[in-house]
Amino acid sequence: MTRKQRRLSLIGAALGVLALAVALVLGALKDSIVFFNSPTDVVEKQIKPGMRIRIGGLVKAGSVARGDSLAVRFEVTDGKSTVPVAYQGLLPDLFREGQGIVAEGALDPTGTFRADSVLAKHDETYMPKEVADALKKQGHWKDDYEKKVGAAPQGRAQ
Amino acid sequence: MIAELGHYALVLALGLALVQACVPIVGARKNDPVLMAVAGPTAVGQFCFIAIAFAALTICYVRSDFSVVNVFENSHSAKPLIYKITGVWGNHEGSMLLWVLILSIFGALVALFGGNLPARLRANVLAVQSWIAVAFVLFILVTSNPFLRIPDAPFEGRDLNPILQDTGLAIHPPLLYLGYVGLSISFSFAIAALIDGRIDAAWARWVRPWTLLAWMFLTLGIAMGSYWAYYTLGWGGWWFWDPVENASFMPWLAATALLHSALVMEKRNALKIWTILLAILAFSLSLIGTFLVRSGVLTSVHAFATDPTRGVFILAILVLFIGGGLALFALRAPLLKQGGLFAPVSREGALVLNNLFLVSACATVFVGTLYPLALEALTGEKISVGAPFFNATFAPLFIPLLIAMPFGPLLAWKRGDLLGVAQRLIGAAGIAAITVAVIFAMEGGGGPILVPFAIGLALFVMAGAVTEIVERTGLLKVPFATAFARARGLPRSTWGGAFAHFGLGIVLLGVIGETQWSVERIAELKPGQTVSIRRYDLQFDGMTTRQGPNYRELAAHFIVRRHGEVIGVMEPAKRNFPSRGIATTETALMTRGFSQLYLSLGDPNPDGSLAVRLYYKPLVLLIWLGPIVMVIGGALSLSDRRLRVGAPKPARSKAALQPAE
Repeated sequence: MTRKQRRLSLIGAALGVLALAVALVLGALKDSIVFFNSPTDVVEKQIKPGMRIRIGGLVKAGSVARGDSLAVRFEVTDGKSTVPVAYQGLLPDLFREGQGIVAEGALDPTGTFRADSVLAKHDETYMPKEVADALKKQGHWKDDYEKKVGAAPQGRAQ
Repeated sequence: MIAELGHYALVLALGLALVQACVPIVGARKNDPVLMAVAGPTAVGQFCFIAIAFAALTICYVRSDFSVVNVFENSHSAKPLIYKITGVWGNHEGSMLLWVLILSIFGALVALFGGNLPARLRANVLAVQSWIAVAFVLFILVTSNPFLRIPDAPFEGRDLNPILQDTGLAIHPPLLYLGYVGLSISFSFAIAALIDGRIDAAWARWVRPWTLLAWMFLTLGIAMGSYWAYYTLGWGGWWFWDPVENASFMPWLAATALLHSALVMEKRNALKIWTILLAILAFSLSLIGTFLVRSGVLTSVHAFATDPTRGVFILAILVLFIGGGLALFALRAPLLKQGGLFAPVSREGALVLNNLFLVSACATVFVGTLYPLALEALTGEKISVGAPFFNATFAPLFIPLLIAMPFGPLLAWKRGDLLGVAQRLIGAAGIAAITVAVIFAMEGGGGPILVPFAIGLALFVMAGAVTEIVERTGLLKVPFATAFARARGLPRSTWGGAFAHFGLGIVLLGVIGETQWSVERIAELKPGQTVSIRRYDLQFDGMTTRQGPNYRELAAHFIVRRHGEVIGVMEPAKRNFPSRGIATTETALMTRGFSQLYLSLGDPNPDGSLAVRLYYKPLVLLIWLGPIVMVIGGALSLSDRRLRVGAPKPARSKAALQPAE
């Protein structure tokens, strides 16, 4: 093998692996990403049943109904629109009415969101970013965090 | 007083860092040994002052001095002592202080143990190291000062986030930071070499032990973080492809690639430019990780910071160092003399292949982590990129790497014999093939077809690592005593490589066992009722309430039976922290060999029944045992005479690094 051939084989291998990586990434970006929607988005965009999405908002007060074998139904709201959610399994520690959550799953034909995971990965002073943004957009943002920090002697503006 | 002392020490450290950042560089330019010698003492002094600042903050925490904002916001007088200490870095300001403390530790280590480095290289390395220190100490002082006071001190603090009140916090962040920040040394070496405009094989010999050290800590830190998430979150998952996890995983992939390419550079004086680039990239990824975690751009438990000024400051640091580093690279790299060529089928070729796949895999993780942020910033569209994305991109790139792994160490340098190596790996391939057949038979045709092959691949990797040692010692061919003597005579780095590769095989085995054979049961139980999983029966025996130091705990008692025989009890619990009004779930684990029973609680129902989540996780412990084996490999390699920090310098390298001017 000449010097040139060796160098070409090296460059060829590099381009080959790179092309493979790009192809994989593009393929995966097409199929395996999940869009986040607020309840208003769900209503306005008329999302098709069966498409995997995430929805986030507040658990509507008084909407949580527990059924048999850990089934639970509740409604997620951003103040303007409300989406019913059905879930089966254990809910996170911080799940309660009025709390911000993010659920992942798909709508069924009746318009109920069948969640296969419910996340509340935050403490009480902290709202999931998507949920906070969605609430701000709807003008229903009560800045709980700000209030608490403001009450502390040295409040820091956000 | 203590807090002010800490603040003052930090300002002094900044002053020293500024001196260290400028003077040695000038000295190296002018070839003035006095100016260059400034670097050593200032690096040690900088470490001392930052250590004083860190100790001061720790004292404030231990004494529960709530007149300090940081302590007030993150501590509580009733908190156990260990969490008072670990709470120092359980918040944004304190963890940044730990970051610069570790940065200065590495700087001081180079100053103390880098006596064998050429004076110019040492001066430049320490100066570059100090640029980073200046940037981050300034960041702390300007945006994240942990020593600020409250005029009227409150009586009680607001407590540390209960999720962080765990021994995991004592171990995981320091280890991770030692890894993250340790890569700064490789970066400083690379920049110093570019400033000087010359680089040779000796450079790789000096930079490798530091990279190896950082890599070991990073490996342990990631594994520890994974185990912590596993037992604390209550979902039974150990890796979520969460941006924060990816932030630590990307530098690991780059550092692993760097370790391998530095090997080529050291042995064959090739791949120089590539190695320099990798050293810059590895630390750049650490900085990006710091930015992701510390700026609050992510939605995650780790993002304590919500202050955008911090984000902008870190972003500026990021742009300065990554942009500056890459610009310097673009400017200077063409001047570096390229090394020798090699045939595609050779040890070097295999290491290049390793680098290609590792870097590509790292790039896919990078895209998956940053694409959602970029998309949101540009279009406002919010997406989540989760496990399906990474399974579809990362896994296909890692499989060829794993298949090629056993071949690499058996190939000769310069020109290898692929057929010969394949023959020597027949034993390993045979073991893998038998495993595939056995698993197929066990699964009875059911289950995903890929599982037996994945297990076979893990076995192939492990057997391949053993094959290397067997081949080198001539075990099975020569008398045992000869083989033993040869084994003792093998370079430690050979053993290290074999251990590290073997460890990766162990991880793979654990990952496949856990993801494919894990069983989950969710049940609602009344006292006296039993839930069964595999051959284990868990009887719910009732609940008790207990008072902890700063929480109330509702513990459930389960008696575990196997074939009717009692083998132990499991006590998962729910803890309630009144100081923050937060509940946490404490899972109960029972280890059976390498497998675990995993039990976590849901909410108790009004009718007295209790929701539980129970898993049987086969081979799950291998996921964290593997990294430990890998780190043992790293330690063996580090103890190799050739690489030992402070080992006598070969005479020829001295001549090679004499300045040309």
